[in-house]
Amino acid sequence: MAKIIGGLTSSHIPAVGNAVHNKLFDDPYWKPFFDGYPAIQDWLNEHKPDVAINIYNDHGLGFFLDKMPTFAIGAAHQYVNEDEGWGIPQLDPFPGDAPFSWHIIESMVAQEFDITSCQELAVDHGFVVPMQLFWPGAPHNPDLPRTIPISANTVQHPIPTLGRALNFGRALRKAILSWPQDIKVVVLGTGGLSHQLDGERAGFINKEFDQYCMEKIVSDPDALTKISRHELVEKAGAQGTEFLMWMMMRGALGDKVKAVHSNYHIPISNTGAGTMLLEPVES
Amino acid sequence: MEFNDFDHHATIEGTTVFDGTQAMKGYALNKMCYSFNGAAAREEYLQDPEAYFDKFGLNDEQKQACRDKNVLALIAAGGNIYYLAKFAGIYKLDVQDVGAQQTGMSKEEFKEKLRRAGD
Repeated sequence: MAKIIGGLTSSHIPAVGNAVHNKLFDDPYWKPFFDGYPAIQDWLNEHKPDVAINIYNDHGLGFFLDKMPTFAIGAAHQYVNEDEGWGIPQLDPFPGDAPFSWHIIESMVAQEFDITSCQELAVDHGFVVPMQLFWPGAPHNPDLPRTIPISANTVQHPIPTLGRALNFGRALRKAILSWPQDIKVVVLGTGGLSHQLDGERAGFINKEFDQYCMEKIVSDPDALTKISRHELVEKAGAQGTEFLMWMMMRGALGDKVKAVHSNYHIPISNTGAGTMLLEPVES
Repeated sequence: MEFNDFDHHATIEGTTVFDGTQAMKGYALNKMCYSFNGAAAREEYLQDPEAYFDKFGLNDEQKQACRDKNVLALIAAGGNIYYLAKFAGIYKLDVQDVGAQQTGMSKEEFKEKLRRAGD
């Protein structure tokens, strides 16, 4: 049966795509951010997961406002990284695992999460930047796992509640664990942490709130469900709502986890950047 | 019962929550910006911005905000920042340029504000 061996979090800021492309790993601005990754790369190199379920939020590439799915799951054989209109280098396609996708889709709907299935899905920086950070050279890293993208809407309110996101992850856990193949799975929660790009409050970053979220995501994710969406926008910034992806990831890891690695740095671009590796603890 | 009795709009200082109200207002503008994912569309826009505005049915407020490249006005006209970023990209404006413009700072001042958030 499939096993969930870890949860990974990362910011997915577009500027990181350019920094990776230009190999700015030792640049004084970037180093404190990139230094958060080698320990996780080593762990991945040791454990070699077969599949990465990459929970991210589309930013207006895969979906437009004409039809905006609250939760969408990729069911494609590969995922193409397309032009986003602002000059980030485009990467080659990422291999999918369509049969596993369909199993997850069946299981999620059976558990009454009514999702949108996507047999074609263009993936943007939200998906590809974390893949590049965790698997250098992606998609041409020889250990690159097959990927299944899951996108949650944070573009247009109403967005899901934190409780719904956590429960989505818990249902996702059941879906993964009921897959009969003996594969190792990691779940990525990408995005955040606090940032706001728009309005007079642009540039808002909330270190204290980010650190609270990084602590509670490990020890007590249910406490985070008490945060209303309004409060999330207030405290994390308008785009800090991407923290929902972390909640979805966390739900998939089970009741108890331990933080194996953690890094936090301000600022990368306009954002407080959080990186974590969590391992499930068997109870 | 008036529609406004069902107003879900939230008020947060310095923030325009992009909800149904804004989505209705900004649809044409956001649809135009979404088209800028394609290089051919960006080229077509640059050759004749006014014709491109009309192609997507922008209203006068949206057209003027685009002409002025005024991000706060674009948001007030219903623009969503994720789509507006593609419009800004055409003019090589990054998120620090956009942040500086909205807060009335120089880009260096804005970057310093971001850095100070880490103290």
